[in-house]
Amino acid sequence: MGKLIGRRFFIALAAGLLATSVAVADTFVFTAIPDQDEARLKERFGKVATYLSEALGVETRYVPVKSYAAAVTAFRNDQVQLAWFGGLSGVRARLLVEGSEAIAQGIEDPNFETYFIAHVSTGLKPSQDFPKEIAGMTFTFGSKGSTSGRLMPEYHIRQQFGKSPDEVFSKVGFSGNHSKTVALVQSGAYQVGATNFKVWKRELAEGKIDPDKLSVIWKTPGYPDYQWTIRGDVDQRWGEGFKEKVRQALLDMDAPDLLASFPRKGFIPATNADFQPILDTAREIKLID
Amino acid sequence: MPPAAETSSGLRPRYSRAVWVSFLFIAIAAACLPFADLSISTLDPWTEMERMLWGVLTPDFLAVSNLGTAILQTVAFALVGVALAAVSGFVMAQFFHLRLVRLLCAVARAIHEIFWALIFLQMFGLSPLTGVLAIAIPYAGICAKVYAETLEEAPPAALKVLPAGVSTLSTFFFVRLPDAWVHIKNYTLYRFECGLRSSAVLGFVGLPTLGYYLETAFSEGNYSEAAALLMIFYVLIATLRVWAKPRLLGLYLVVAPFLLSGSSQIRLDNVLRFLGEDIVPAPLRDANLLDAGTWSGLADWLGMLLADQALPGIVATVLLTQIALVATAFLSLAFFPLISEKFFGRFGRTLGHIFLVVLRSTPEFILVYIFLQLWGPSMLPAVVALALHNGAIIGHLLGRYSDEIRLRPDSPVGINRYAFEIVPRMYGQFLAFLFYRWEVIMRETAILGVLGIATLGFYIDSAIADIRLDRAMLLIFITALLNIGIDSLSRLIRDRLRLSTRVESCRG
Repeated sequence: MGKLIGRRFFIALAAGLLATSVAVADTFVFTAIPDQDEARLKERFGKVATYLSEALGVETRYVPVKSYAAAVTAFRNDQVQLAWFGGLSGVRARLLVEGSEAIAQGIEDPNFETYFIAHVSTGLKPSQDFPKEIAGMTFTFGSKGSTSGRLMPEYHIRQQFGKSPDEVFSKVGFSGNHSKTVALVQSGAYQVGATNFKVWKRELAEGKIDPDKLSVIWKTPGYPDYQWTIRGDVDQRWGEGFKEKVRQALLDMDAPDLLASFPRKGFIPATNADFQPILDTAREIKLID
Repeated sequence: MPPAAETSSGLRPRYSRAVWVSFLFIAIAAACLPFADLSISTLDPWTEMERMLWGVLTPDFLAVSNLGTAILQTVAFALVGVALAAVSGFVMAQFFHLRLVRLLCAVARAIHEIFWALIFLQMFGLSPLTGVLAIAIPYAGICAKVYAETLEEAPPAALKVLPAGVSTLSTFFFVRLPDAWVHIKNYTLYRFECGLRSSAVLGFVGLPTLGYYLETAFSEGNYSEAAALLMIFYVLIATLRVWAKPRLLGLYLVVAPFLLSGSSQIRLDNVLRFLGEDIVPAPLRDANLLDAGTWSGLADWLGMLLADQALPGIVATVLLTQIALVATAFLSLAFFPLISEKFFGRFGRTLGHIFLVVLRSTPEFILVYIFLQLWGPSMLPAVVALALHNGAIIGHLLGRYSDEIRLRPDSPVGINRYAFEIVPRMYGQFLAFLFYRWEVIMRETAILGVLGIATLGFYIDSAIADIRLDRAMLLIFITALLNIGIDSLSRLIRDRLRLSTRVESCRG
């Protein structure tokens, strides 16, 4: 009986695998780093998929992933051909996939900022200079692979104290995403945190942040962050000039609700060289070999 | 009584070895406590707790638009994974006398499903194969071991009366197998229940099962939605014996592979790149193997990984495991009377059953996740969750076992019956269950690092976040070795204390 089930099962399994691999033949697939609440990502990228399908004349689909690393891996394994990466994840992806290219970024992205935020019980006040008083407190980053939630804040912490975050703070956490960082500092689970300024502003506007409980205490200098990155081999699959078509479609995105869902004022061209500072920083703090 | 014995033992109580071992383990856990961070760091855990309880009272079954898909995917992945594991486990059980097979099985089961999934995600992406293999491989290792032991334990009486000249094959199919078949069937069904839990948890790393939606609902604070998802999961497990009849399972199995959804095709070059480049230690990649510098680079790399990551990870994993093990012991002794005929009537036992079913059906991983939301990051959520889950499992087994104990008509009742009759009479059984769970608790402890507790899983998750798969693989290998070590130690203690028993439903 075990044998019988076994054989039937293997045939079915093989057929199942075959069916799934045929179905996805020529859809253009993209993903995005899960930097915020998933409901928001689905809403935003659902719209982008519809827009790109029309603009490119190719069926375009968004696949959600659960981590920054999963987004990079999917891009590397050619399971997605386009991705909305952060500075660090984009640099990683382009190092791993030869010929891949940053093609567009938000108007705000060349000058992105990280906000250090603190719970009111710390008594910390906003300042122009790096708040050295945070030493010894509890601190949360965002995702381990985030530019604004990990790379840049860690860089500044190492610069200021000459020590690793583990040595500076009494406890170091990784919240997973920027919305979570805000929520954790607001609940007091961590005294201080580092978050993406775009997410902070939006959650403030939506009333999710209680200004009596937490506030921004320091803003980092600007750095390049998010960008759309595309694989180098897309022209071979979807025809000559496809990459340019995608770039143009992204630059042409001007529907207010689409832009508002990012939120960006609009999109401008980007090149791999724009993100050299991120690569240098990542190498300096040994996040990339 | 000779006077010599009187002076040496006096009036001091004489403890059995089992009791001494218990004291030793309690002492170890107590010694671990000062080094474990057990603080509650949220300032106001009660508000969030209230919101969660409110969610439980107002489950929202309509909120999850993909509820049907989530359930279907969870069952399908479990079914296909466990079927594959059962078939290959059965085949491997026939060769379990070979050292190599035993070794392969030990490694397969020492690595947690989530780690397997993280490995296969690198090769196959979010394809159905990732989820299926993540369940099938460790489960095949467990099944092979249990099947082999079951076949071994089959009563030898039938073998003795066989006439000479009967072939090995006939002996197997007509003598050995029929005897063991019932046990194998029951164990496989139990594995399927575990498979459902594993399948649900795999959603946390991106597969389209229940955990995927659960993680989203929890992290966004939609507790009514999370409660609905969990309740459906409990019903699914509680009614397992109704819908998972052997005849129906065959039918489901034919359909299930077609239901598995995933987003990508499998490409050989990705698999080869992973095996040939990604997991090769960075200093050896494209390096001249004859150059001494390469090897000193490798030594530095190894030294850094072992000292900065593996060692602190191992320390935290062991600390947490030992504390959770002793907490599990106390809780299981507290839980078992809830379902025991010796202590409660029908009504009380029903409530006890519901309580224990909920606790043991919720995967530890999900329990820890919930407590982390409540109390903030420390080892406390992990200890409480591990103790509740494993305490409920052992409590359930002990409760059933206690029903078989025969009492004298004049035996005491209440607390005296508990402390002086039942517990002493099942103490050996209790320790056996507990030592079987030891390795499971450790495997689970390691994986909790993915949620941010500083056990080995934390460093593995960090290495994967940095796309440093060579480091991740080495750390996973170290985790597996640690598990195999604990497993051997547990077996040694069980042998020394002569704690051997049929505890199929507690293994793995």
